[in-house]
Amino acid sequence: MCGIVGLFIKAPELEQDLGRLLSAMLETMSDRGPDSAGFAIYGADKADLVKLTLSHSDPAALERVAGALDTHLGYPAERTIRSNHLIVSVRRADEERARAFATGAGLRVVGAGKRMEIFKEVGLPIQVAEQFGLAGMSGTHGIGHTRMATESAVTTNGAHPFSTGRDQCLVHNGSLSNHNSVRRELTREGLSFETENDSEVAAGYLTWRMREGASLREALEESLKALDGFYTFVVGTENGFAVLRDPVSCKPAVMAETRDYVAFGSEYRALAGLPGIESAHIFEPEPAKVYAWERA
Amino acid sequence: MPVVDLAMVPLRSLNADLHKLPQNTNETHWTIRNPGGKHALAVGLDAPVTVEIEGHVGYYCGGMNKEATIVVTGNAGVGVGENMMSGEIRIKGDASQAAGATGRGGLLVIEGDASARCGISMKGIDIVVKGSIGPMSAFMAQEGNLVVLGDAGEALGDSIYEARLFVRGAVRSLGADCVEKPMEAADRAALAGVIARAGLSDDVSPDEFKLYGSARTLYHFHVDNASAY
Repeated sequence: MCGIVGLFIKAPELEQDLGRLLSAMLETMSDRGPDSAGFAIYGADKADLVKLTLSHSDPAALERVAGALDTHLGYPAERTIRSNHLIVSVRRADEERARAFATGAGLRVVGAGKRMEIFKEVGLPIQVAEQFGLAGMSGTHGIGHTRMATESAVTTNGAHPFSTGRDQCLVHNGSLSNHNSVRRELTREGLSFETENDSEVAAGYLTWRMREGASLREALEESLKALDGFYTFVVGTENGFAVLRDPVSCKPAVMAETRDYVAFGSEYRALAGLPGIESAHIFEPEPAKVYAWERA
Repeated sequence: MPVVDLAMVPLRSLNADLHKLPQNTNETHWTIRNPGGKHALAVGLDAPVTVEIEGHVGYYCGGMNKEATIVVTGNAGVGVGENMMSGEIRIKGDASQAAGATGRGGLLVIEGDASARCGISMKGIDIVVKGSIGPMSAFMAQEGNLVVLGDAGEALGDSIYEARLFVRGAVRSLGADCVEKPMEAADRAALAGVIARAGLSDDVSPDEFKLYGSARTLYHFHVDNASAY
């Protein structure tokens, strides 16, 4: 099964409520995915800095490595520790150095971007949301996933969202049948993958297309031909938010749009608590049709 | 007449109360508030009562319905009226996939659009959609009438056994063994009857529809295909 949610804020005054609303949406989708949960939040950016989201099973290690990273870089990088995830803002030129140092110290790079932060963990979605303090986060858009593990073990690595490019992430409900061959092709194109997971391949495919110049919309349109299987994708980029369902519309999806936001849920229940939902335009995304929103 | 607020009352207790209703109940009109997209609302009813649901419902609303009239003022999730036997379900908004799936009787009216696989494996139900229906509708349909005032998506009536599919608008494509058929007097009478029961006689005439049904070429194994195995 699995549940996915997404919220793209249009009205700036609602940005402070992003985390609170997304948290409630995730919690409602626990029935569809009680094993693990994850979410990405697009918050404020700082000029010339890149945020790295790093994780380690032992939170104490994060503090230690963050201190050593400062010494390594030669300046104190701004950092926030949320449970077993560390967000550290490094200068753009230092991204590769910082990544190498963190992985060398046993940390896992969950994602990187100017604005994106990603958190994922095993456990009930409500616990995961509380563990990272999602309800207190603000931002322009966010996506989330609740996983019911069917194909691979319940691990943090198997939790969504998957990020394969700067500020890019994807959540997926479904399963892909040709992910091994696509992964091989993408590896030849220079992409690297952390897991054997099919959803990571979908994220990688979009990253590759956008690296080659495609827009988010174009990349998704091309994925209709390249990816085989069942899927509903919700994708985030630095300024964009998009939804795509496979041509058979195998996995459920419902959307709501108001003047203030665009919301996605695997089921309407996830949207039922949103402000102004009574008068929202509610619709079911059509199969094989890309829905994309972009912030100016 | 009972008014049940699902923000306060657990869904299971509401469904249990509805199941307990005897045929001759005096509680013939129920109002349900704050459905919040909950699943399996008012399923398995077996009494001639009216249940009016104010808002959007989740999966399988009114499934297995017998005799009851269920009105939803909002949208319905997957499988509304699944396997309904009799009675009437009316959705004022849109319906998600597999509306009326495997339905054996009764009338399902969707005033908005219905998405993919509307009337899949229908077995005697009458379904009226005022808007359009999505792809793969009436897949393996066996009996009953599907009446669509708008358009139909791809592969309408794929692998259909029987059932009449009446479409007023455009059909994107027909599925395997589904063909357009001449409308005979009996077909027209059936269509007029369904339109009347749905309360649409003033809005549409049977003349505006085309009839699609089974070419019956898949009923039996064709010996020419033996070499394929």
